Amino acid sequence: MSAPFLYGAAGIILFALGLWSLLVHGPLLRRLIALNVMGGGVFHILIAVAYRGDAQAPDPVPHALVLTGIVVAVSATALALALGRRLDSGDGDD
Amino acid sequence: MIYDLWLLIFDLVLLGTLLALAVAALSSPEPRRAVMLFIAFGLWLSLVWARLRAPDVALAEAAIGAGLGGALMLAAARRQAREAQQGQALAVERPSPLAVWGLAFGSLIAAAALLWVYYSTLHGGPEPERLADLALARVPESGVTNPVTSVLLNYRAYDTLLELGVLMTALLGIWSLGRASAPFQPAGPALTAMVAWVVPLLILTAGYMLWIGASAPGGAFQAGALLGAAGVILRLAGDPAAGLPGETAQRWLVSLGVAVFALVGLALMVAGLGFLTYPPDQAKWLILAVESAATVAIGATLAAAYVGGRRA
Repeated sequence: MSAPFLYGAAGIILFALGLWSLLVHGPLLRRLIALNVMGGGVFHILIAVAYRGDAQAPDPVPHALVLTGIVVAVSATALALALGRRLDSGDGDD
Repeated sequence: MIYDLWLLIFDLVLLGTLLALAVAALSSPEPRRAVMLFIAFGLWLSLVWARLRAPDVALAEAAIGAGLGGALMLAAARRQAREAQQGQALAVERPSPLAVWGLAFGSLIAAAALLWVYYSTLHGGPEPERLADLALARVPESGVTNPVTSVLLNYRAYDTLLELGVLMTALLGIWSLGRASAPFQPAGPALTAMVAWVVPLLILTAGYMLWIGASAPGGAFQAGALLGAAGVILRLAGDPAAGLPGETAQRWLVSLGVAVFALVGLALMVAGLGFLTYPPDQAKWLILAVESAATVAIGATLAAAYVGGRRA
């Protein structure tokens, strides 16, 4: 039971929880929370794999990937919320 | 890896709380409560990453993932709760219990399969060669001493350029979808006094984060997120523009990150070095220039995304 396995397992469980919530719940906001939890799980796996104990410096490449991923996830969430607001505001056919 | 018992207990408590917060956020039917639990989950995730020696990413998750993502979703949850109160919400069809349990079982199978693959990858065979050693060995010639910044802005600068493009594209999508939502009411005296202190401090801290990112945890994304947070606070206190200038100036600010990055790359290409291949003695200043433009652009984009549309 090493640290990367324990933390990576938690990331996988977060991903599975988010996946279940995404498939089961209907409202947009709950699906976006589920998607963000799934994303958090994936980032968590990357950070867990990058951890190499207290003796060595952590691997910087997955950290940079996760930084990029966080920004992209928030951009997508903002766009999805704007789309949801537009859909709710009217059934306009323009 | 030697694993102390106390450290194991600490890790189990951290992870147990993380999973409990995730379950609570996912299973809460009331929208505002779900979003607030999600913000707590994001902040706890940032804490766990700090334990895993990832301070740059922990800062970014706390500011951008939990903070700005949570603020965006809270605005939507507020609107949804108001609509539900006024009886305008559409009836949502509930999935059948068979579907719920079937999907739960399916997710469990998927999680078990992934766990098995992960375990056998970690423990089977010799340790594969990682990019870490190569990346860490060449940090001194990359122009900065923070390894994560050198990966983001030097080795994989092209990815970061495209990431700034994604951010800009999302904002273009938001702008093309219609008008911004109604502004908040003007703040009372207590909130106004707090804003007068907090916003200048945020701008100062953003500048510090940008500068210190070369040698300590920090950098353009964290600094830009602080500027975006200043914009969010201004909008919450009643400013409908979230502290941003007029529309034309906003377009310039938002495209500044991608523009400066691409121009630096093209200039290096014209100089014969190759796209975004920094000469080692000028790398520090080129990275600083690119990061400064990126900070301004990220701050403006996040604040404009929170405004949520074109101003009336």
